[in-house]
Amino acid sequence: MSWVLVFPIAVPFITAVFAYLARNYPAGRWISLAGSVLSLVASAALMVAVLRDGVIAAQMSNWDAPFGITLVADYLSAVMVVITAITGLATAIYALGEIPEKTERLGFYALFQTLIAGVTGAFLTGDLFNLYVWFEVMLIASFSLLVIGGGKDRLDAGIKYVALNLVSTLVFLSGIGLLYGITGTLNMADLRGAVAAAENQALVTVIAMMFMVGFGVKAAVFPLFFWLPASYHTPYFAISAVFAGLLTKVGVYALMRMFTLVFVGDVGFTHEILIWVSLLTMFTGVIGAAAQMDFRKILSFHIISQIGYMTLGLALYTPLALMGGVFYLVHHIIVKANLFFVAGLAKQYAGSTDLNKIGGLYKSAPLLAALFIIPAFSLAGFPPLSGFWAKYLIVKAAIELNMWFVTFVSLLVGLLTIYSMTKIWGYAFWKPHPEGYDPTPDRAPPRVTTAMITPIAGLAAMTIIIGFFPEPFVQFAETAATQLLDPSDYVTTVLGVQP
Amino acid sequence: MEALTAIIIGILTAASVYLMLARTFMRFLFGLVLLSNAVNLTIFASGRMTKGHPALVPYGADAPLQAVGNALPQALVLTAIVIGFGLLAFALALGFETFRRTGTMDTDEMRFAEPKEEEQK
Repeated sequence: MSWVLVFPIAVPFITAVFAYLARNYPAGRWISLAGSVLSLVASAALMVAVLRDGVIAAQMSNWDAPFGITLVADYLSAVMVVITAITGLATAIYALGEIPEKTERLGFYALFQTLIAGVTGAFLTGDLFNLYVWFEVMLIASFSLLVIGGGKDRLDAGIKYVALNLVSTLVFLSGIGLLYGITGTLNMADLRGAVAAAENQALVTVIAMMFMVGFGVKAAVFPLFFWLPASYHTPYFAISAVFAGLLTKVGVYALMRMFTLVFVGDVGFTHEILIWVSLLTMFTGVIGAAAQMDFRKILSFHIISQIGYMTLGLALYTPLALMGGVFYLVHHIIVKANLFFVAGLAKQYAGSTDLNKIGGLYKSAPLLAALFIIPAFSLAGFPPLSGFWAKYLIVKAAIELNMWFVTFVSLLVGLLTIYSMTKIWGYAFWKPHPEGYDPTPDRAPPRVTTAMITPIAGLAAMTIIIGFFPEPFVQFAETAATQLLDPSDYVTTVLGVQP
Repeated sequence: MEALTAIIIGILTAASVYLMLARTFMRFLFGLVLLSNAVNLTIFASGRMTKGHPALVPYGADAPLQAVGNALPQALVLTAIVIGFGLLAFALALGFETFRRTGTMDTDEMRFAEPKEEEQK
């Protein structure tokens, strides 16, 4: 058994246990931090192994595939695991500053580490039912984190989030049941051959649609995204950052995995739907953001609009487009988590996240202003930041396919994103602080702001590095896309034989 | 047997959709319970409804002696039931706490996270 695949999941789980036991002591938060560092080490080891061998797989308890549960990592899984660990570490540091002791005693760090374990498990599993289980691990942890230490607004948000996500889970689960019914297997690599050989291809397409809806709710695509803007602006900033960075991307990852590995029999039909879904997602998201006046609500709607770009990369289904999709996924997690971190610190400095009630941050917190510029303009796609390359790849793929409408919408949405980012900049940073609102309600001690600004600076540095040296990242995304489009390596590694 | 199961699943789903369209969160949860059961039955039925024996290998033998039922869907359903139970327990607790704090279960009245425009000002 290949331990390198197990550690990225096991480390956060074990950390969760110890963090729970130590929840009443300051040690709890340091255990969480140490666990996050170890997770990063474990995921780096996984990345090294994947870079060396291409695709690696491990059969749990030595039950051979397709009978046992397989853990498998290709380039896409590996990079997602690494980025999860990075986001996890950034959040663990940020939480040191933000999370009050009362919430820590409720087991905050244990839940947070469980969430990371669930996300990592979803990225690494090669078994469909196991994917469902990881989704549930992730969900139950996210439910609790969303409402923890909360007032009425968190409970309200929690109800909407819980309700819609539970329904999507059931759709996904019945899809699994039906797929098992027609193929007799749940191993994703095995399913590729089994689905292609299925007699009733129309039924396969129906099941593919169930998966699209199930994962679509998780990924927050049009018209299934309503839970996201209803809930993401209420929890602790550390939590909304980790949600914004990781949770929806698990849905996108699952879509990418299933619709390149398993459901490729009727690409003309399924991926055409995805194209329109993506365009509408991009557009409604960015329009929704334009109507909002709250820092986090604007960012929440932008998650939706950016998800559209990623699913568009999948929907166009060319090597270049998928490469863009993978690149976008990685870039977006870093940038979006960072923007939510910035929002939290802005609240510390100015007392609110309502853009009408804050201002003058450029003067009162120049460092934060500088650090906001980087992810904000990266999100909008300004060269030379990471978002520019991500958008460039997607748009180029659309142009190569002569899809001018798609190209037009992608560019338009980019333009409208700039509008939202300059709106935040103008209101929160540039204009003077509005009268009647206390600019510095209770200024946090320096210890708090240091803990909060460190991850912001770190993630901003990563954005700049990806922006100025995109070459290795693009090459990596290219290999990942090649592996997705031609998963024979994946299938052979998991099953041990060429089917 | 298949036809009967299919009809039962259909009725459960229809009833659950009706319940879930209600504004009250409690009704929504009851709908969710029914839907969850419908899905579990679907998984169970997808393993084929055959008359068989328990999937057990007698002591000393290498394989089951006669045709056995498909054990995998049962394992899947068991897992799904356990997970569903946990999620439902959480959702119930959430609903109860929300009712305790806000005094309402009507999702239309729950505008605490997203207050209407005029209330904001």
